Amino acid sequence: MVGLEHYLGLAGALFVIGIFGLFLNRKNVIILLMSIELMLLSVNINLVAFSSYLGDMVGQVFTLFVLTVAAAEAAIGLAILVSFFRNRGTIAVEDVNVMKG
Amino acid sequence: MATDLQTILPELILAVYAMLALVGAVYTGKDNLTGPITWLTAGLMAVLALWIGTGSAGSTQAFGGMFLSDAYARFAKVAILIAGAAVLLSGQEAVARRGLGRFEYPLLIALATVGMMMMVSAGDLMSLYLGLELQSLALYVVAAMNRDSVKSTEAGMKYFVLGALSSGLLLYGASLTYGYAGTTLFSGIIGAATGGEISLGLLIGLVFVSAGLAFKISAVPFHMWTPDVYEGAPTPVTAFFATAPKLAAMGLFARVLFDAFGGAVGDWQQIISLMAILSMALGAVAAIGQTNIKRLMAYSSISHMGFALMGLSAGTALGVQAMLVYMAIYLTMNVGTFAFIMSMERDGKPVTEIASLNQFAKGEPLKALAMLVLLFSLAGVPPMVGFFGKLYVLQAAVDAGLTWLAIGGVIASVISAFYYLRIVYFMYFGQTEGQAQAPMSPAAWVALMGSAAIMVLGVVNLFGIETAAAQAAQALVN
Repeated sequence: MVGLEHYLGLAGALFVIGIFGLFLNRKNVIILLMSIELMLLSVNINLVAFSSYLGDMVGQVFTLFVLTVAAAEAAIGLAILVSFFRNRGTIAVEDVNVMKG
Repeated sequence: MATDLQTILPELILAVYAMLALVGAVYTGKDNLTGPITWLTAGLMAVLALWIGTGSAGSTQAFGGMFLSDAYARFAKVAILIAGAAVLLSGQEAVARRGLGRFEYPLLIALATVGMMMMVSAGDLMSLYLGLELQSLALYVVAAMNRDSVKSTEAGMKYFVLGALSSGLLLYGASLTYGYAGTTLFSGIIGAATGGEISLGLLIGLVFVSAGLAFKISAVPFHMWTPDVYEGAPTPVTAFFATAPKLAAMGLFARVLFDAFGGAVGDWQQIISLMAILSMALGAVAAIGQTNIKRLMAYSSISHMGFALMGLSAGTALGVQAMLVYMAIYLTMNVGTFAFIMSMERDGKPVTEIASLNQFAKGEPLKALAMLVLLFSLAGVPPMVGFFGKLYVLQAAVDAGLTWLAIGGVIASVISAFYYLRIVYFMYFGQTEGQAQAPMSPAAWVALMGSAAIMVLGVVNLFGIETAAAQAAQALVN
């Protein structure tokens, strides 16, 4: 029987993979965007699982909002990426280094 | 429904204005309209601030408690709107001088302001998230506004990636909170997290939400983006980052901690006080070696956020009042300081090196004097208003039994005085000539002189914001 804890475990695992993808990835900024997307979608699994478990619709409404915002976020991320590429001619993460913080 | 719309009318007006102006400007004059649109936006924001400030007292809710309009939200909104309008006007000329005078800029700021107003009024995890994202998405774009500059686009990129990470953390915490509390309404969550008995899932949710919000206020250990974004973004944009969004995020933080997790003060007090002491210490130490004044202001803002968090960590109404007073003073100081930094130039080109300010006082004694007042106030030197802000938060921390935190704050304040005073030293007693000038538009001049004057004259009664902040704190903590 697949219960709530399985869904939470899956979402937790995906979320951690997303975070590791952000920090360990040294290659490509696109992978950063994919990792961010993975994090947000794992949250959606969480919300839908809770919503079904609690018998409460609010979680699913929340999921729709998150999906919408994630789309807007991806659009803005890609737009910034394009203008960065025009200036530097590269989208390697190692090259995002003009300022050292 | 009608009363719901009545409650969110200020936000609606600003949002509808921004959208209409975007469409209108695209079909007509485009970038030629930047000047009028900037003035119109700032004027509208000032009118809304006046309206909200003088509007009805008392608390109302809209949309089943998702949107709260109380004294706390009103205080924060007035401060946000005034700071936004002041930064827009004082930065207008600097934006144009850098060739960035696009009509989208004031409108994106207006949309970010709508998001910030939503944030401080949030009564539900959903309205919290949507307000936060509306603010963040607009700010990512303005950070990368100088499309032809490597630094600006890199700043936008870093801000975007780390901001999205923080939103993800916050959202994960929100989902756990929803699951374990069974509701997204703050008024429901506080019932599930009360009396010191808080379930593990809810506690993890609280930690994730706090981490996400700490990113937005750039508290240590989530501060890494701040110096790079401050340095890379165009200076007028940096001026905006350093003011209104900081207050909005801090206001949202307090809203979540007290409205949703007010029953578990003991659980979050340790996290907040740890972040406070780390922010104060790192902000004070790391700024010493900086040569770029924008990076220095970034570390300065990290340190100031530490002080504001100290007020929050007290967990009392006095602490919230101290935090609000501190943030209002911080906003005023930064509007003036950045009005000066925006106008710094050498041979007609913008500069941000601190060394270029050598002997600045010889050429421009009045502006140097205003900067001296502001820097003293930022450092918290006694006769200035900045000192009273610090005194308030220290008082709140001591009253709540966090004496060690207050002592740490005093030490950090003494260390940070060094780098503020170093700028003053350069301006008055610099060895070589730095040749920086600071030609200002009238609006920037008024912002600089006005905020310097407030830092001196406010000593009398802080212009009565104490009472307003006390009412606001009472509305939040009950």
